[in-house]
Amino acid sequence: MATPFGRRICVVLTRSEVGAYVVLELADDCVPAQPGQFYMLAAVERWGGGDAERPFLARAISALRARGDGRIAFLLEDVGPGTARLCELVADDRVYVVGPLGKGFVAPADAREPLLVGGGVGIPPLAMFQERWGGRALLGFRDAHHAEGASLLTEAELATDDGSVGHHGFVTDLLDRVLAEQPDVVVYGCGPPAMLEALRVQAGRYGVAAQLCLEAPMACGFGACYGCVVATVEGYKRVCVDGPVLDAAVLV
Amino acid sequence: MIEFCGIELAHPVINGSGCFDVLAARQCFGAELSEHFPFSAYVSKTVTLAPCDGNPPPRLWESAAGMINSIGLPNPGIECYLAEHLGEYATLGVPLITNVMGSSAEEFGELLRRLDDRAEVAAIELNVSCPNVATGLDIGADPRELRSLLDALRPLTRKPLIVKLTPNTADVAACASAAEDGGADAVSLINTLSAMALAPAGGGPWLGGGSGGMSGPAIRAVALAQVAKVAARVQIPIVGMGGISSGRDAAALLEVGAQLVAVGTESFRDPAAGRRIAAELAGLFTENAE
Repeated sequence: MATPFGRRICVVLTRSEVGAYVVLELADDCVPAQPGQFYMLAAVERWGGGDAERPFLARAISALRARGDGRIAFLLEDVGPGTARLCELVADDRVYVVGPLGKGFVAPADAREPLLVGGGVGIPPLAMFQERWGGRALLGFRDAHHAEGASLLTEAELATDDGSVGHHGFVTDLLDRVLAEQPDVVVYGCGPPAMLEALRVQAGRYGVAAQLCLEAPMACGFGACYGCVVATVEGYKRVCVDGPVLDAAVLV
Repeated sequence: MIEFCGIELAHPVINGSGCFDVLAARQCFGAELSEHFPFSAYVSKTVTLAPCDGNPPPRLWESAAGMINSIGLPNPGIECYLAEHLGEYATLGVPLITNVMGSSAEEFGELLRRLDDRAEVAAIELNVSCPNVATGLDIGADPRELRSLLDALRPLTRKPLIVKLTPNTADVAACASAAEDGGADAVSLINTLSAMALAPAGGGPWLGGGSGGMSGPAIRAVALAQVAKVAARVQIPIVGMGGISSGRDAAALLEVGAQLVAVGTESFRDPAAGRRIAAELAGLFTENAE
């Protein structure tokens, strides 16, 4: 079964808060998503007319849960007019949904251990990965309030920018320690652009394979607009259809 | 059925060039896309002679009720288009309109020669929203430039030629008239409006290409005015576009003189928007008939 063509309307089942984040659960009887795949979401009512008369375009949001059991869930953080509107949705509100879209993570094909590294609102693909295939998780957050998001994974080792929980510093510090002891891993990364760039450089330095789940502003999510490109060794690639998961080795 | 430049179309809704990548959409949505193809003809993304990477990111800016893009016409070049894409497009079950752009009459001419004997191509749309490298003038913004381009191109192909007009000109009706006088079979308008955005954190323009083109509902009223002006001036058919997001918007452009409408940005918000808009439009016609 493929992703349905066109946007559909899904009803909000539950809204809950996990630290600084909102978890939104929608009713949807569509195909399950792979870890790393995303959906385009827009509120049916009052989408527009916010800050600077936005939002207008749907927002690309990674799946947190999409097992094909009649519901899909997303982790949201209010960082602009689109996510602000999505964050204020409550049960019975309606959402335009397109997805699942994009290419997700691929499980290690050999005996190498998956090592999940990420942070912030980028943790959903890692949570889905861990549920499906397991793996040790290293997560970084701004502070203790945001770090409550780590409860979506099992036994994550934490770093915070302000040192309020776990290691005082970046998640890449934790990754340095792990790779020094255990280089036979595949890194699966998802987080803010600066974190992913650090992971890419670090993976290269240790000669470790890494799959990175990228984020880019996109208008459509299905390859039509060519707006979300990222530079690779093979030229620009569309994050929405060539990714969002790309091998770190092809990124430049 | 509608007849447009000798081509039979099932309904009046097509896509705007560069707003729907059928090959990528097939990857995403599989067979359902072909079974419910939203447009009555498929307009390709702009093809140039040589492959083009497009502009550096960021390429998008969300504006009030619309967006600004600075994509930069990425495409694999005419060689790859003919060898790899044309066969795929031919399986869509709707006529194909190939959109081309050159930076001189010679480049445009070469593109037309390559397409002329390809039966898969029902019509050619000329993207003239670009400077002429020889004169530095925007071909589509200057009636004399446009007329001289058409004079050079018209003898090169028997296929219908559609001129995609730019709204970034003093007198769009004069440009349309020049295209008609030069032998164009149809005009399509409006292309995006020249626009820019500044980076929120400072440091100058946000878009990698510096400036870009605005689309979406924000430009709908501009499209309506320009299509009306052009319709008052020319006899050839008009493809109207600009911010169409409903059957009612489409009907407005038809009312002021367009024969077909093209959906662009709304397809980004809903991949199947063309199908919905065509259905809404058919519903309006039925209502009016009752």
